[in-house]
Amino acid sequence: MEWIYNPWPWYIGGPMIALIMFLLLYFGKNFGMSSNLRTLCTVCGAGKSSEFFNFDWKKQQWNLMVSAGAILGGAIAAHFLSSDSAVLINPATISKLQQLNINSAGSAYLPEELFSMQALSNPAVLLILSVGGFLVGFGARYAGGCTSGHAISGLSNLQLVSLYAVIGFFVGGLFMNHLVLPYLL
Amino acid sequence: MRQLTFLFIGILFGITMYKSEAASWFRIYEMFQFNSFHMYGIIGSSLFLGVLMIQLIKRYKLKSAYGEPIVIPDKTKSFYRYAYGGIIFGLGWALAGACPGPIFTLIGAGFYPIIVVLVFAVLGTWVYGLIADKLPH
Repeated sequence: MEWIYNPWPWYIGGPMIALIMFLLLYFGKNFGMSSNLRTLCTVCGAGKSSEFFNFDWKKQQWNLMVSAGAILGGAIAAHFLSSDSAVLINPATISKLQQLNINSAGSAYLPEELFSMQALSNPAVLLILSVGGFLVGFGARYAGGCTSGHAISGLSNLQLVSLYAVIGFFVGGLFMNHLVLPYLL
Repeated sequence: MRQLTFLFIGILFGITMYKSEAASWFRIYEMFQFNSFHMYGIIGSSLFLGVLMIQLIKRYKLKSAYGEPIVIPDKTKSFYRYAYGGIIFGLGWALAGACPGPIFTLIGAGFYPIIVVLVFAVLGTWVYGLIADKLPH
């Protein structure tokens, strides 16, 4: 059982994601996490502002349950299934991040410089988190899906349009990572 | 009972996102730096099994747990919405270092600043809904 406390290698993580997709299909649903963001809009009353949010959100209750489970799963994994949460990234990545003043690289799960309560008082950090979140929400709905909907389920179902979306994810991601992020951190 | 099944699948998903480190900002950063195989291994192996699984489901017309045929709807064909939406999503993914699934996982793991990301992701979705008619799809 020792392996469960260590970080899972890719050849456990990947097949587990495939298993989750299978379970959802077996229970008559399709894997897609960003749909919950739309459902949350509707739950908050966005149906009054746009037809796009005018749907019976109760039909999406199952997916909200998946999200609630994802929160619980995160709590279980972080508190009961991990001995050391440091993410051992490539030493080359660590030194690169240290040059960008992310000194927690290699010793934390998330950069403390961005995801600690103290960091929130820094306006630059607030900007990164809020703009990042906004683009994720806007882009996922515009593209009709996120990593789970396109990169995993769409590509698994050999949907050409999901390939366009995933190429887009990488075009945007590489641009941000290499040309913008170094100036923001 | 059905809802509990989905809660359980979600728990499995949350544990997987956290333990495989797909929910770590560092792993996403490293993926875009091409400095590690880890994320490509996760996506690649789940895709390999996913393609196999869906082919088998279609070939053997597998039924769901409730005895209904498993239907996987095709996505609407278009180019612009996937290209533009994809690029915008990618910008956010690299900036916040989290996509929608891991956002939920990280709240549970106790990284509360991620709630800012969630609130703005909901806001971004709402703004998309407001101006969707005016965007090229």
